[in-house]
Amino acid sequence: MTAATSTSVSLAVRDVHLAFGPNRVLRGADLDVVRGGTACVIGPSGSGKSTLLRTINRLIEPDRGDVLLDGRSVLADDPDALRQRIGMVFQQFNLFPHMSVLRNVTLALRRIRKLPEEEAVTIARAQLELVGLAAKADARPGHLSGGQQQRVAIARALALQPQVMLFDEATSALDPELVKGVLGVMADLASGGMTMVVVTHEMGFAREVADTVAFMDHGVVLEAGEPAAVFEAAEHPRLRRFLAQVL
Amino acid sequence: MDPLRTLWETFFDWDSMREALPEMLTVGLPNTLILAVSAALLGSVLGMLLAVAGISRTRWLRWPARVYTDVFRGLPAAATILLIGVGLAPLGMQVWGPNPYPLGILALSLIAAAYIGEIFRSGIQSVEATQLEGARALGFSWAEAMRVVIIPQGVRRVLPAWVNQLIALIKDSSLVYFLGLVASQRELFRIGQDYAATTGNESALLLAGLFYLALTVPLTHVVNAIDARLRHGRPAARPTDEIDDADPALPGAAGGSGR
Repeated sequence: MTAATSTSVSLAVRDVHLAFGPNRVLRGADLDVVRGGTACVIGPSGSGKSTLLRTINRLIEPDRGDVLLDGRSVLADDPDALRQRIGMVFQQFNLFPHMSVLRNVTLALRRIRKLPEEEAVTIARAQLELVGLAAKADARPGHLSGGQQQRVAIARALALQPQVMLFDEATSALDPELVKGVLGVMADLASGGMTMVVVTHEMGFAREVADTVAFMDHGVVLEAGEPAAVFEAAEHPRLRRFLAQVL
Repeated sequence: MDPLRTLWETFFDWDSMREALPEMLTVGLPNTLILAVSAALLGSVLGMLLAVAGISRTRWLRWPARVYTDVFRGLPAAATILLIGVGLAPLGMQVWGPNPYPLGILALSLIAAAYIGEIFRSGIQSVEATQLEGARALGFSWAEAMRVVIIPQGVRRVLPAWVNQLIALIKDSSLVYFLGLVASQRELFRIGQDYAATTGNESALLLAGLFYLALTVPLTHVVNAIDARLRHGRPAARPTDEIDDADPALPGAAGGSGR
């Protein structure tokens, strides 16, 4: 889908532990995503899915364990530089409401990448074009639908040409009729060869797009495998119970 | 003499007003503006520093900001102006001579900063934590995220309260007369009061009051207009009606950070 994908990397999460006080949110989570692959992380609320995602780009520092991009630990990197290589999309979009859509996308290009204004605008417009929102460049995010806002958020992350994209329940806050458009953009991105970790409740998306589906419960990945194996031949009883509830 | 008429002339004697008007315009108004605008600028800069210190994770920044705010917000403005204007006068004499303005402006700024700091801090803290997370995820450092994303949003939310403070500042600028002003340094209040004292008629002071109203009332309306504009973007950026996958975004969910 974008030129960004040529540089995508493999991702490995190794034995990540994290506690907030007495609350042990992650208890040795592992996850593997091949280069250009898509892992969907499913599981009940409070199982640590979103927290795991945040340890990958170090929005939250793990207590123990490691995250490897192409075999190299991210813990050695400067976190700010690391986050430019890892795009993230949030449930609540987190667009900046006081700026136009275009400025939302150019902001990091100009302020962090130090690109000249015209170059940043060119990149931003191209990204907005890819998510079908070039016409909304001058609007404020508040004037867009939720689905449009989320597509802008994806464009904003992609503008930095990340090597990995993280999606934290990207469609959970959307009205049902808007979900499809956003999932479509994500599926295009996956088929274009972007390495992605997608925390989602959209089982249809996981089944069709994911290379790996990982089931999390109580801070660990209990079971992971190809979608067919996870959905049709789940081994773990807790996964079977979860699937019975959501499918 | 008719007491009502006496009362009327005490406040609305046109001749007294006409006599005071030229000096109000050429001396009083510029001086009031110099005092108020300088103190507003300095007070807002100091206030922003206090606000950021006040939300710092470092106790050594938070704590002094707290104490400063408590002290300068808790003292009467007149006391602070006298303490600084008179107390530091020997020092000021050596630096810029006998002019009481620099210390008067400093005192007004220090007072305003205590209030403005609290106003800015509450605005900044009202910005959703998800906004910071969104900026950090793009690779912004904490400081840069605050500067570019959080503080601009926070300040916009408290513009009306900030203008309240500027209005208070315009009025408080009258207190520098405590520091002793030569004729050319007098601001609106002092000129009005001098005319009132020499003529025994309050009309000139009432005229000064009208000048204050002419400054403060429009200020409120100007900021409300700016506030509305910032809330909704430039008129040209208003949404057009073409709709592709539209659910008009929920009110209050602007930027998706509501809830």
